[in-house]
Amino acid sequence: MTSGPVAGPGGNPDLDAHPDVDPDARDPLLLLRQMLRIRRFEERCVQLYSDGHIRGFLHLYIGEEAVATAVMANLTPDDAVVGTYREHGHALVRGLTMRSVMAEMFGKATGCCRGRGGSMHLFDAATHFYGGNAIVAGGLPVAAGLALADRSLGRDRVTACFFGEGAVAEGEFHETMNLAALWRLPVLFCCENNRYAMGTALDRSEASTDLALRASSYGMPAWSADGMDVVASERAARRAVAVVRAGEGPVFVEFETYRFRAHSMYDPDRYRDPAEVEQWKARDPITALIDALRSAGTLDDDEIASVEASIAAEIDDAVAFAESSDPDPVETLTRWVVSDRRTQGDTAP
Amino acid sequence: MSTYRAALRDGLRDALAADDRVLLMGEDVGAYGGAFAVSLGLLEEFGPERVRDTPLSESAFVGAGIGAALGGLRPIVEIMTVNFSLLALDQILDNAATLLHMSGGQFNVPVVIRMTTGAGRQLAAQHSHSLEGWYANIPGLRVVAPATVHDARHLLAAALDDPDPVIIFEHGSLFGLEGDPDEGGSSASLDGAAVRRSGTDVTVVTYGACVHTCLAAAERLATAGISVEVIDLRSLRPLDTETFVASAIRTGRALVVEEAWRTGGLAGEVAAQISEHAFWHLDAPVGRVAGVEVPIPYAKHLETAAVPQVDDVVSAVTELVR
Repeated sequence: MTSGPVAGPGGNPDLDAHPDVDPDARDPLLLLRQMLRIRRFEERCVQLYSDGHIRGFLHLYIGEEAVATAVMANLTPDDAVVGTYREHGHALVRGLTMRSVMAEMFGKATGCCRGRGGSMHLFDAATHFYGGNAIVAGGLPVAAGLALADRSLGRDRVTACFFGEGAVAEGEFHETMNLAALWRLPVLFCCENNRYAMGTALDRSEASTDLALRASSYGMPAWSADGMDVVASERAARRAVAVVRAGEGPVFVEFETYRFRAHSMYDPDRYRDPAEVEQWKARDPITALIDALRSAGTLDDDEIASVEASIAAEIDDAVAFAESSDPDPVETLTRWVVSDRRTQGDTAP
Repeated sequence: MSTYRAALRDGLRDALAADDRVLLMGEDVGAYGGAFAVSLGLLEEFGPERVRDTPLSESAFVGAGIGAALGGLRPIVEIMTVNFSLLALDQILDNAATLLHMSGGQFNVPVVIRMTTGAGRQLAAQHSHSLEGWYANIPGLRVVAPATVHDARHLLAAALDDPDPVIIFEHGSLFGLEGDPDEGGSSASLDGAAVRRSGTDVTVVTYGACVHTCLAAAERLATAGISVEVIDLRSLRPLDTETFVASAIRTGRALVVEEAWRTGGLAGEVAAQISEHAFWHLDAPVGRVAGVEVPIPYAKHLETAAVPQVDDVVSAVTELVR
């Protein structure tokens, strides 16, 4: 796995010399806790799906937890996030409550989108979480626009835009990379390369598979990071956020990762060699971090048990909350097709 | 007096001057002055941050307009023609029209998207179609079509004041139209059709450039003793059903005229609503005059034959009152 910057036509700043870069990594115990929250939450989601409580598509992030955890650790509450349909992890780490996410997946009125979005469309204004976009690459232009607004309005804000490597095949990806670089917009492009766009391996859809090199051709700094190593990912994200926040334009980071589960609950996973899956599972980012912390003597079994117990309690509470919540009445079906300001005649700005 | 083009420009200038959050973005809106010279001079007046030339990336710059609206700006995105807007349809449908509902009311998208539409300039099949009805089919959008200099001048301000995405269709053959921009007041509402000519025998419902075709037909029919009421829809979504149904009930006869293709078109929707709400008051079936179902051809005589003309409307009305 490479972690050095790729020299692009736009040139790369001396990242390590950047004054905003904190040489100290984030607290690894916090990173571990966040990764475990995602993992355990989604494991419960699988059960709930099998039991029929969650329906529709359910895209699991299991195996990729290090990426969202690493990036979110470097965002401020004022920053913005644009995600994909595989965004439970991003939402949880960003700060949406587990209750509101679970209730959304149950289709309840207490869900973060009152049951309109479901698993693929989680939104939250309070944490500037702009979805939950289920059109591959569809969120990229929106991220560029959010960044344009930030700059026009003089806001010191970074927009982190997540997408899979499949997005690189879409025109919207290339249009947006160019636009963001041309206008030097404060966007962090986070490419989660889990190697398969549904069942299509990257080298079966792209003539050139060096994604960072391709991104750098648009004139922005771009590099790859080991997305199975949360510490390495955190460092890569920290450097990237510092560059973007300093007003030096967009940065592209490819996080090389892997999803341990099938694409969705409907996917029989016929296109991957089980041995390949096992090889990647041996690099489980959670296990790897636990092992490293244990070796360093900074984590013991009691602490792990304590973290697991608190997460289990959080999940139990979220499930109970979702189960006991009411669905929005059918009478509200057409609400929010247009803003309430219009339907209710309120002309306040 | 003003031209439709100058009225659009004045509306843009006012909007840019009134609110720092407003910006105009699109292909050649700045240095070139707008593909149809609508924004000529605005770059010099407001600078490149507020009048922003974009790459030929419809999806990216429309999506960026949507994102900028989410972020607190009031972007006006110009797309050169409705045909080009298809390259941005994902952003318009899957984001602009959908985010408010999908987010449970958390994120409204106050973006305004302007584009030219329609035939009449011999620009052939990739620059001349009328796809307004496609957009009018989409819940979450507001769709308006200014047909007069007044509406060209004032609809933009109303669109910018709206909390939701508004699509404005400017018919390419109207840019040279002359009129009084303040006739009927110095503001316009996005809601409501306008009765452009009162009449008692037949109700003609239309919008856009066809308003002028229908007014010319009404003038000619008047000399034959047929009194035609011409209703300009102005808003294509939502439709002002009340106004055109009331008129149809009063006259007992209705004709719907549009430049777009007939099958599955907006005229069919208006005709259906008249049938649903005015059936027992009608003395004849609701008529339609629509575009011929053909890609718009280049040659002048073929292009003319492909879209409704005054003769077509006169014939259809005459048939209705026979």
